[in-house]
Amino acid sequence: MSAATGKALFDKIWDGHVIRDLGDGWALLHIDRHLLHDLSGPPALASLKARGLPLHNPELIFATPDHAVSSAPGRTGETNVPGARLWAGLKQLSQEAGVRLFDLGQVGQGIVHVMGPELGIVLPGTTVVCGDSHTCTNGGVGALAFGIGSSESSHVLATQTLRQQKPKRMRVRFDGELGHGVTPKDLILHLIGRLGASAGTGYAIEYAGPTIRRMEIEGRLTLCNLSIELGAKVGMVAPDELTFAYLAGRPFAPPEAMFDRAVANWRALASDDEARFDREETVDVAGVPPTITWGTSPEQVIGIDDVVPDLSRAVDSDRRTAWQAALSYMGLEAGQPIAGTAVDWVFIGSCTNSRLSDLRDAARIVRGRKVAERVTAWVVPGSEQVKRDAEAEGLDRVFTAAGFEWREPGCSMCVAANGEQVPPGARAVSTSNRNFVGRQGPGARTHLASPAMAAAAALTGAITDVRRV
Amino acid sequence: MQPFNRLTGPVACLPQPNIDTDVIIRIERLAAGDRTALGTYAFEALRYRSDGTENPVFPLNRPEFRGAPILVAGANFGCGSSREGAVWALMALGLRCVIAPSFGDIFYNNCFQNGLLPIVLAEPLVIAIADLAIGGAPLTIDLERRTLAWSDAPPLRFEIDEMRRQSLLTGLDPIELTLRDAAAIAAWQAGDRTDRPWVWNLDRPGTGRLTRSGNPR
Repeated sequence: MSAATGKALFDKIWDGHVIRDLGDGWALLHIDRHLLHDLSGPPALASLKARGLPLHNPELIFATPDHAVSSAPGRTGETNVPGARLWAGLKQLSQEAGVRLFDLGQVGQGIVHVMGPELGIVLPGTTVVCGDSHTCTNGGVGALAFGIGSSESSHVLATQTLRQQKPKRMRVRFDGELGHGVTPKDLILHLIGRLGASAGTGYAIEYAGPTIRRMEIEGRLTLCNLSIELGAKVGMVAPDELTFAYLAGRPFAPPEAMFDRAVANWRALASDDEARFDREETVDVAGVPPTITWGTSPEQVIGIDDVVPDLSRAVDSDRRTAWQAALSYMGLEAGQPIAGTAVDWVFIGSCTNSRLSDLRDAARIVRGRKVAERVTAWVVPGSEQVKRDAEAEGLDRVFTAAGFEWREPGCSMCVAANGEQVPPGARAVSTSNRNFVGRQGPGARTHLASPAMAAAAALTGAITDVRRV
Repeated sequence: MQPFNRLTGPVACLPQPNIDTDVIIRIERLAAGDRTALGTYAFEALRYRSDGTENPVFPLNRPEFRGAPILVAGANFGCGSSREGAVWALMALGLRCVIAPSFGDIFYNNCFQNGLLPIVLAEPLVIAIADLAIGGAPLTIDLERRTLAWSDAPPLRFEIDEMRRQSLLTGLDPIELTLRDAAAIAAWQAGDRTDRPWVWNLDRPGTGRLTRSGNPR
């Protein structure tokens, strides 16, 4: 293949889904998978019903309640009263439309971006959308996946397509071995800190390089999950042997008779050597420490050994103002070491870090120890399947014996749409994805970190270097 | 979708970068489902003090900018969550146009689905507009001509993708537009069922509900 025709992973999937070229970089794209949750699903389904339009391909749509349902043990769809209408609406409208729904208590229920890959619904080379910005998570198995709003969601329900403008392509290569206590979460937080929260705006990002090739699929899902925090709608990793092994035997993955044929197709998706990218970045992984956010944007990150930055390090006056506001909101002083900052809450969960490997990482730190007296600590598994698998390994008992609450699957305190909030002024270490003002509740102060770092903070009652626990 | 053609009004300024959609509208306000109340809750964390009274220094609370239809914002405005309610909340507050050096990609798309015009301008121009907006002088935005102008100054041209400009000017429904391609969609799907049968092979007994009462295409 010549340099002129070398194609990137992104382009191979995009080009393969163009139904009609609309000109000016726009295309009518086929959408292979559309995932619905209780917050964005009901309005999209209802708008179609109101217009009297049928769903184009209900068999390609999958729904599960995750955002507004309670995570309290023994919960029902009505435990969180304000969310009961959304839960009931998703169920009723899905049933009317012939959309498969995984309800509370069933395998398949869970955070929509945990459910998709876990069931093999999301596959390499598929186009995947959901009314949720963290749909980029699904790029971890080599899908072209991105979040959309409810209008675009209605468009997909009615036509199984989207009118989209092709983004630019960025490749980020990771090379080197992860240091002790360093996880994919630390890598992506580090990258966002280095490039800034809008560096990916207008781009689809491919993560590549030797570090990625060795990384397990759940780590790749975490990495891709935070692409939107870098500004990119799309983050993806080329599928490889690890991907194929991960998918084999999953409920909706290709059945055995088709699997080899599917794998042959998926192998061809990797970016060609000659593929060109509009922007390329390289990260030497060896130099990345356990990383944590100090402010109210995911770009406001530091290494765990570092101090809260001085305003003089801000690159411009708007950023200086933003840093000042962030310091004030977070109740921190420039120059103070981040380690040792007292913590009130710990949340282990979210589409970023709630999979079995995340819970194992946290449990390894927690085993045989106790949560500090002042700390309220929760574990919210990402899905019913994760919950059952973790319980089969006894992870739930590791957490509960230490004083953690072991809860039911859903988004919970990451987005606080179900009323589960960090109280005003309280400081939380959270494995989630957004440290925005008020994200975890009005006045809540969020530090984003890995599951192991969150576990360490729960035990010591302070932000702690996981390498010293 | 509300078409957009021409607009004149004062310009409020919110210069800090990375204003996210959680800050524009909290998720519980959307979960509550009352779309008409969203204007009251837009920018809640910035607009009100902890006792619930208005924060007098928040730009849109100042008398000269109350109800301003244009907002000048910092880089990466609307980053974060895909919630389209962020656009609904801004429009419920009376905004029809946001000018910024850059926008969150999903928010940017959502603007066009509803008739809110997002204009991308180089940072120095955004700052210049913010400077001229002090005092509440009206700015005119003309999408047909792709210009913005203060009453006594020569107009400044802005760039916007032609497809997006046309969709805002006409207010055409994209679903109707796409359904005109029904035959092409059907043909693509027929071919894909042969090329990638595993994408379409989804009947799994015992996994979820398999009866379909919906439209059997």
